[in-house]
Amino acid sequence: MNEQVQQALMERLVAMADDEVILGHRDSEWTGHAPILEEDIAIANIAQDELGHAIIWYELAEPFTGNDADSMAFFRDARQFRNVQMVELPKGDWAFTMMRQFLYDAYEMTLLARLAESAYEPLAEAADKVRREEIYHYRHSSTWVRRLGLGTEESNTRMQRALDHLWPYALQLFRAMPNDSTLIEAGMFPDLAEMRAAWEKVVVPYLQESDLTVPEVEPIYAERHHHTEHLVDLLADMQMVARSLPEAVW
Amino acid sequence: MSEEKSYEEKLAEFEARIERGEKIEPGDWMPDEYRRQLIRMISQHAHSEVVGMLPEGAWIPHAPTLRRKMILIAKVQDEGGHGQYLYHAAESLGVDREELIEALLEGRAKYSNVFNYPTLTWADIGMIGWLVDGAAIKNQTMLAHSSYGPYSRAMVRICAEETFHYKQGKEMITIYAKGTPEQRQMAQDALNRWWWPALMMFGPHDSDSPNTPVLMRWKVKTKSNDTLRQEFVNEIVPEFLALGLEIPDPDLHYDEESGNWIIGEIDWDEFWRVIRGNGPMNRDRLAARREAHEQGAWVREALEAYAQRQAQAEKN
Repeated sequence: MNEQVQQALMERLVAMADDEVILGHRDSEWTGHAPILEEDIAIANIAQDELGHAIIWYELAEPFTGNDADSMAFFRDARQFRNVQMVELPKGDWAFTMMRQFLYDAYEMTLLARLAESAYEPLAEAADKVRREEIYHYRHSSTWVRRLGLGTEESNTRMQRALDHLWPYALQLFRAMPNDSTLIEAGMFPDLAEMRAAWEKVVVPYLQESDLTVPEVEPIYAERHHHTEHLVDLLADMQMVARSLPEAVW
Repeated sequence: MSEEKSYEEKLAEFEARIERGEKIEPGDWMPDEYRRQLIRMISQHAHSEVVGMLPEGAWIPHAPTLRRKMILIAKVQDEGGHGQYLYHAAESLGVDREELIEALLEGRAKYSNVFNYPTLTWADIGMIGWLVDGAAIKNQTMLAHSSYGPYSRAMVRICAEETFHYKQGKEMITIYAKGTPEQRQMAQDALNRWWWPALMMFGPHDSDSPNTPVLMRWKVKTKSNDTLRQEFVNEIVPEFLALGLEIPDPDLHYDEESGNWIIGEIDWDEFWRVIRGNGPMNRDRLAARREAHEQGAWVREALEAYAQRQAQAEKN
């Protein structure tokens, strides 16, 4: 693998891991505070899976970054994270969390299906494994979208509000990173324009059937190194113990 | 023509079954007092699991490694699961979860005092796993022999999971006691704060425990509070001492004759004060549960409405 490909691959793997670790952290904030006990349990499960996936992607990137998963998660600052802004937004209400999860899960399913065919064998194998867990996430979040979209007037209003807020953020998932073309040429990573079309084909009709309207708006103007203030707060929470004693073993 | 059995006859049969070691099952005849005591105990236990999610959940955002974060989420998730089975066990006695939860939120139901103490450092997470879950396992292992079938079976399942919690807590404190001076200090500080609340988990002295005699006669409990507390102290004291940690009890000593570690007097004023709702975190814990419940109301209504819509669609 030449250096250019290595660099591009590292950037993508870190971006994937960062998305997962930040979303996993946000999901875990519901543990003990969910609307029903069954959902405390379900969301805790999803959070663990997302963190587990983050470890997988960080470890795949480790030969290129030279850092293990914990160094990547706990010892980088907001400016160094490459997650999309959607995952760093505060957890909001249950409608917001479920809508975010749905849009993200559908993206991840689309992505993993393509990565399972990646020319980079370790990535293809990991994607195939992760995909099996993601199916359950998608089932969970899509069921919630349907139930809340078609539930009461209030639940529909809240879901519509969440969708209006999140849609332009979700579109950032399909913005190419500067070195993506190298990876696409090497057959290692899919073309995001094609992926967006495939994603919309899944989510748009599903949202409509759930009595929700997809807003016609532009994506947010942000690359993966651009963040909101929320990421700074999130990392302060997440990294405080690890950074208080950087040499300690926990 | 068969005569309706008298209360005394039914009671005698019930007690004979318990004496033979049979389990009492939901449809079986049982004295009202047995049912009442079980509903009280099981629902308190269920509430303890649910409220118990809060002090540890507070440190999920701050876990210092990804592995610790996942383990802690899994642990708090297990507690939610335990709450779920215990509410089911209580429901088998003819109450429903909603009314039990209402009693909790209105401050009418009790839950374990220990969850009314704050978690202040990361080492508290290890200490809760080792010390608090250790005390809980002691109690729950005894309750796994309980005469009421659904409670006993829930306990068997819960104990298996709690053992994992206990192991990870002990692993953490062992690492920290041998770690950096700051980690060691954190572990000691955690022990100082959690020692007495953990011992109070076994409840008042037998002489001040009005429910114990009847619970033991009907084998809901098979050991008294003081017996269990002593067994626990005997097991755990040598383990802390082996790590070089100090037990915050100047009167603690080993009694050669009985082979027991004898503890100083528990601060029972504090115990009763926390039970009455005036512990360091009582108000906050209930407020957090209430907030989750109230903010989730629209979600539960939507679920209900959707289920009705589905049922209607199936009819048509």
